[in-house]
Amino acid sequence: MTNEEALQHQTQVAHGAAVAAHVAHHKQSFITKYIFSQDHKIISRQFLITGIIWAVIGGFFSVLFRMQLGFPDQTFPWLEDIFGKWAEGGRISQDLYYTLVTMHGTILVFFVLTAGLSGTFSNFLIPLQVGARDMASPFVNMLSYWFFFAASVVMFSSLFVSTGGSSVGWTFYPPLSALGDAAEGAKTGMDLWLISIFLFIVSQLLGGLNYVVTIINMRTKGMFMTRLPLTIWSFMFTAILGILTFPVLLSAVVLLMFDRHLGTSFFLSDIVIQGKILPNEGGSPILFQHLFWFLGHPEVYIVALPAMGITSEVVSTNSRKPIFGYMAMVGSFFAISTLSMIVWAHHMFVSGMNPFLGSVFTLFTLLIAVPSAIKVFNWLTTLWRGNIIFTPAMLFSIGFVSLFISGGLTGIWLGNAAIDMHIHDTYFNIAHFHLVMGVASMFGMFAGVYHWFPKMFGRFMNKTLGYIHFWITIVCAYLIFWPMHYEGIAGMPRRYYDYSNWESFKMFEGLNTFIGYVVIIVFATQFLFIFNFFYSIYKGRKMTESNKNPWKATTLEWTTPPLPGHGNWEGEIPEVHRWAYDYSKGDRDFIPQTEPIGEDEGEH
Amino acid sequence: MDFAMDQRTKIHPKRYMMWMAIVSIIMMFVGLSSAFIVKRSQANWVSLEIPLVFFYSTGVILASSLTVAMAKRAFGLRQISRYAVWLGATAVLGILFVVLQTIGFIELWNSGVTVSRNVSFSFLYVIVGLHALHVLGGVVALIVMFIKSFSARNIVYSPLGINLMATYWHFVDILWIYLLIFMMIEG
Repeated sequence: MTNEEALQHQTQVAHGAAVAAHVAHHKQSFITKYIFSQDHKIISRQFLITGIIWAVIGGFFSVLFRMQLGFPDQTFPWLEDIFGKWAEGGRISQDLYYTLVTMHGTILVFFVLTAGLSGTFSNFLIPLQVGARDMASPFVNMLSYWFFFAASVVMFSSLFVSTGGSSVGWTFYPPLSALGDAAEGAKTGMDLWLISIFLFIVSQLLGGLNYVVTIINMRTKGMFMTRLPLTIWSFMFTAILGILTFPVLLSAVVLLMFDRHLGTSFFLSDIVIQGKILPNEGGSPILFQHLFWFLGHPEVYIVALPAMGITSEVVSTNSRKPIFGYMAMVGSFFAISTLSMIVWAHHMFVSGMNPFLGSVFTLFTLLIAVPSAIKVFNWLTTLWRGNIIFTPAMLFSIGFVSLFISGGLTGIWLGNAAIDMHIHDTYFNIAHFHLVMGVASMFGMFAGVYHWFPKMFGRFMNKTLGYIHFWITIVCAYLIFWPMHYEGIAGMPRRYYDYSNWESFKMFEGLNTFIGYVVIIVFATQFLFIFNFFYSIYKGRKMTESNKNPWKATTLEWTTPPLPGHGNWEGEIPEVHRWAYDYSKGDRDFIPQTEPIGEDEGEH
Repeated sequence: MDFAMDQRTKIHPKRYMMWMAIVSIIMMFVGLSSAFIVKRSQANWVSLEIPLVFFYSTGVILASSLTVAMAKRAFGLRQISRYAVWLGATAVLGILFVVLQTIGFIELWNSGVTVSRNVSFSFLYVIVGLHALHVLGGVVALIVMFIKSFSARNIVYSPLGINLMATYWHFVDILWIYLLIFMMIEG
């Protein structure tokens, strides 16, 4: 034995002993255990709770601007109490309106559905489901959360500067976003917004590196890639997309910062503002759109893929059937991820693009319908003749499939340049993306929370509240967004503050009031969930050792103790002998992944 | 708490992570390069004059790649004092590189080519500046490793640290060569 081998042998022996000892008694202070924790399970809960707080803020903003649209003639004096000069006389000012719209988009897309969704479930499920004690680098993982936290603090404080938060739209197109003189919300609020997004990108990159490396490199013995649960596949493709596209957004943010403060002209050219001619020449705002949408389009899949993975897992478990077409699912994840990076310009059909180029992007965009349809087909065929158990998680997963179909079909319309030119930037578009990625991914997140709550907190959430939450939410989601298709086809543009000056949109006054009421109801309903969530953490029904696999699932996370410590498994990490979907096999209801293949059975 | 030891594959997870991080950094410069190409084809482009100092700095960073390779070799041979010397030399060369880049910028600026003069020069400042930041990040890591190599209490036996360092350092070196050639041809 050479020196090095001997050394390695020693550390391995010592390490094995250390793991056993440290799971048994591992005293930590409150700060290292719950605040600056390196345990992936704690970090995941931090992401989840931060995400919930952001979701309440972002959702509340949408209530406020829908009130302006739904009740344009009425005043609400309490608004002035909250916002002061921004809502004089109880009516939201135009500047505040645009800030609310911008922040709603930013918060929901980035902070809730990116960090809150994939931050929570990638962190929680990757080590537990692949059979690892923690992430490849727990420290980098901790940094990932704290960069996100810093981004959150900066974003939240940007709402309180005297010129107001950013009001240039979540897509922050220049020249509006590049010129402080252009709008109140393009001044300090915009700078803080950019700093926050910068920190957020760093957080996502640090997290993404860990997710991919852990999946590729830290699987337990026998856990081949083809035995991974689909959740893990979806998190991996999500992370890869983030690693490849967030840096490009980062370069756009840097260039924009230069334009804002150092007088460069990357995105600015020939601009007259308040009668003053700016010296900037030679820049191109279209260039920004290219850089932005190179992230912006994959971003919607960064949001949607984890929800698809969670849905696959929950649907299969609660149908008591193997997932239909496992390899087709993996293949379609791959196809969606690849295609998502070459379709960005379909957001720019009206930006003055060469029509020939437009048709190329139309083709690629429509191709995405193929893998998406494969996924939908596989979920439906998994449900088909299943022994369906309607847990709240299952309802939200089926809800996801429903919303994904409804929203996806309109994507085929919008993907065609010829149709998009007419309904671009109308409410049709709002309806499309809210259904297909917004509400759908939110449903995926709810499904994940209801399904893995017992594993996270060792207690169960209340089922009845879950059912009420689901039915009101899905009915309201359709009541809000279905009518918007009609508004959009009638040409009603998005992001407007007041439509009462247009004769053509007067017919939608009643509809907007109706949507206003529904928004208030659905927002109030979410507090049922939040109450259920926090109450159940402390008072929910306990998950006992004998009931530690409540959904009778096959995957590895349910083989851990009800409340696993840092290190996840006491003693050895279990070995895996089969894929994750052996449900209703032979006369067995389910066979855990840890059980060796029997003499008389074949591998799936 | 380093659970990365539990893995059973040949490539260490942190090595994988370094490669992924490099891919991510590449994507940022790909974004900037393509923005550069798009802008170049539009009106108003003034062709770049690369300051002479940037060629000296190229020599410096090439030399530093050599010294970091020597450090890695010395570590493998367990010659820790030589390892420390080569590591220190790499850090000094890294700092010298950044200083030379800064001198190049100051010369440009004084000759009237400020950051806002023309889009082509704005790109030069942004691209070279972002690359220099990545070099500085590497220098910080080099200094930390240099100091650690004198610590008698925590003797490092694993070559992982120096391997990752060398990989990253060669990467910023190659990245600079690419950027220089790219700006010479496209600029």
